[in-house]
Amino acid sequence: MQSPWRQGSLVLTAALLGLPLFVICWVGLQLLGTGDTSTLSHLWQTVVPEYIRHSLWLMFGVAFGVILIGVSTAWLTTCCRFPGQRILSWALLLPLAMPAYITAYTYTGMLDFSGPVQRALREMTGWGYGDYWFPEIRSLGGAILVLSLVLFPYVYLITRATFLQQSATTIEAGRSLGLSPWACFLRLALPLARPAIVTGTTLALMETLADYGTVQYFGVTTFTTGIFRTWYGLGDLAGALQLAGMLLVAVIALILIERWSRSQARYDQPRSRSALPFALRGWRAWAASAICWLPLVAGFILPALQLASWSLDRWQVWTQPEFWQLAFNSFGLALTAALIVVILALWLAYGRRQIPTPLVRLSVGFAGLGYAIPGLVIAVGLMLPLSQLDSWIINLSKAWFDYNPGLLLSGTLFALLFAYTVRFLSVSLQTINAGLTEIRPSMDEAARIHGYSPLQVLARIHLPLLRPSVITALLLVGVDVLKELPATLVLRPFDFNTLAVRAYEMAGDERLADAGPPALMMVMVGLIPVILLSRAMLKSQKSALKEQDFVPVTA
Amino acid sequence: MRKLLVLSTLILASFTTAVSAAQVNVYSARKEALIKPLLDQFTADTGIQVRLLTGSGDALLARLTSEGENTPADLFLTVDAGNLYRASEAGAFQPLGSADALAAVPEQWQGADGEWVALSLRARPIFYAPDRVDPSQLSGYGDLADPRWDNEVCIRSSDNIYNQSLVAALIEHWGVEKTETWANGLVENFARSPVGGDRDQIKAVAAGVCDLAVANTYYLGLMEGSDNVQERTAAEQVAIFWPNQDSFGTHVNVSGIGLTKYAKNVEPARQLVEFLLSEEAQQWYAKTNNEYPAVPGVQWSERLQNWGEFKMDKLPMKHLGENNTEAVKLMNRAGWR
Repeated sequence: MQSPWRQGSLVLTAALLGLPLFVICWVGLQLLGTGDTSTLSHLWQTVVPEYIRHSLWLMFGVAFGVILIGVSTAWLTTCCRFPGQRILSWALLLPLAMPAYITAYTYTGMLDFSGPVQRALREMTGWGYGDYWFPEIRSLGGAILVLSLVLFPYVYLITRATFLQQSATTIEAGRSLGLSPWACFLRLALPLARPAIVTGTTLALMETLADYGTVQYFGVTTFTTGIFRTWYGLGDLAGALQLAGMLLVAVIALILIERWSRSQARYDQPRSRSALPFALRGWRAWAASAICWLPLVAGFILPALQLASWSLDRWQVWTQPEFWQLAFNSFGLALTAALIVVILALWLAYGRRQIPTPLVRLSVGFAGLGYAIPGLVIAVGLMLPLSQLDSWIINLSKAWFDYNPGLLLSGTLFALLFAYTVRFLSVSLQTINAGLTEIRPSMDEAARIHGYSPLQVLARIHLPLLRPSVITALLLVGVDVLKELPATLVLRPFDFNTLAVRAYEMAGDERLADAGPPALMMVMVGLIPVILLSRAMLKSQKSALKEQDFVPVTA
Repeated sequence: MRKLLVLSTLILASFTTAVSAAQVNVYSARKEALIKPLLDQFTADTGIQVRLLTGSGDALLARLTSEGENTPADLFLTVDAGNLYRASEAGAFQPLGSADALAAVPEQWQGADGEWVALSLRARPIFYAPDRVDPSQLSGYGDLADPRWDNEVCIRSSDNIYNQSLVAALIEHWGVEKTETWANGLVENFARSPVGGDRDQIKAVAAGVCDLAVANTYYLGLMEGSDNVQERTAAEQVAIFWPNQDSFGTHVNVSGIGLTKYAKNVEPARQLVEFLLSEEAQQWYAKTNNEYPAVPGVQWSERLQNWGEFKMDKLPMKHLGENNTEAVKLMNRAGWR
């Protein structure tokens, strides 16, 4: 049997991907060994309670925000027809292309005291500072708003895929039993989509936990800002990694909640054809349109316009070949990383499905933990073992060939791609798992009984059915890599820059006009996959309709 | 799919760069746009290629130390004294050794045994609104904690290294106890919970949110030279007050550079340090970045001259590094976010 061998390789893959997490845990354990808890006890007495409070508020707020926006837009664009629905169905992904901290900068520019909104208000009314109340964008509430606006596409994308796959018969049975469209949504579609909603929200929350740029700029102290403060300020890297270890515990709790919610029921449905959409008319159509445009305008169009207006007089940048090199680097890196991550995720997800032993399940779960860990912490956890490996390789090579190959692992793109894989595996793993649960186990069995080899089952049944999930995973990872900053900053090779690095270096110095072009370019490079994805989505919609033409509905 | 694979292989292959003969490798906490023009000038003058890796100082230091003797980095450039001190403590530096260039920089702005040397100085004075504040009411950093300025002080988060260095310096001058009392008073006087960067604090003074703010001067320089009219107007509405002129002087931090312990290109690296301390490079710093030259006698740019001469704190930089941890703990206790 191939099973023990395969099981071993799965566990090994997961363990390798968990390398940085092992380093974090190891440092945490060292603490128990030496008993040196001075930094931690100081932090507990002074700031950690506040970190926990803020992080929890942030997570509750963002969860509420992304579910509210993501689910309502996903339902409206899949199951209703109204003016603009087709454009919106892909345009709602655009906020994903915006790094959260850039959106934070643009909103501050628009809404703070010296911004255009408050200035117009003062000019109209003649008020001065202190004469009126205006919400402060740089606050916990502002951070919740900005992160919700940037992260809701996770929920939208994954929930939408589920709504698209929901069987017509279920919804039509509901309608024939006299349910209104609203009731169909609340009582049928929503409970059926629960796993997808939870998955999307989990992703958004993990990203929230790992966020540093936005909360730091808004002056909101969270666990992640605490990690950096401990490292940079107290100069205590070990203490910082211990805090990161605590963050890991929170992530494990999140993942357990997600698992638990999914294990409540099996959600695969007989998939004959898609339900006929509700055609909305009159004020309902306008309301639906408004509900969908609002997050798009707030999450993408306004920030993009603000960026463009800041960088109007920096147009020369667009003609510099060096700038296009940045775009090329970013895109190439995102594409390569997305392919690697998705292939690994497929390998692990299938392993877990076909050999569901406790050991395999545990190790696959472990491999997906990296998403909520700030990229820089992963980078550090990776740097230590890779440098060690490199030093062995160099010593061996010197002894055998009298040749110094240099830092083959830690000084090249290998380290960067490794870090991306650790950090973003969870995104594709969860997306692909969500897709896999839609494929009924009986399909595999039927195909095997008909004499299909496992590979044929994969090629003929799973791949076509999984395609939307795989493309979704590619897109999500690609866009995430495009935006990724802290790990890229510290692990990249010499003279290798990306759009995110350039945008950050400019924005970090508060040179927002110079940050505009790379940020806009990032959005544009991110647009290409979004458009590809939307085409794939339309195609799968069409093929579903075709199927309907050939297969008469008998059930 | 196959096309994608081939494409990504090609892209990966294009990333591997050829190694040229004479070169020097720099890990830099100073951002690319603020150092690259100088490095390009160096390459044009000497033919020595400079390879650059930018990032946050702490992260680069972690990379440098974990790479150990295999590190490709010859020089480590930071924008604060704290990281120079930490690198020195971690044994990541070796003495620079080029005596003439070093001799030009005052001793307090060099590391022990000439392990690192300052390239530029960054002053952190008080900014005030001249239409609301009479500067004769001010004397130094101590005023920031005076109840008279209740609800009138803006300063950024204590996560920021410049605030940490400032408090570290005050600990050296005043002792922990007095500094903590001061920090408590300062937090009482906050006009708002710390948000944004230094430039935001200056703008807040211009907008009337607060009367006093603490910020590095080069942010004012950026605002004065901005294309944005509102930024320039805001810059005109604030003035610099140089604190503690009758005592220890205005707090300054350094950006500096050190030769790594396992540098492979020692000679080119020394040449680069000498170049960065040359009059030409020092003037460029002052003009482009609005920072003060580390070499005394180098002519200040017009903007720096407009801000006026002032007495700088002569505290040896190593104290900023030594006291940094204590400073952060103190700010944690004071509730300075």
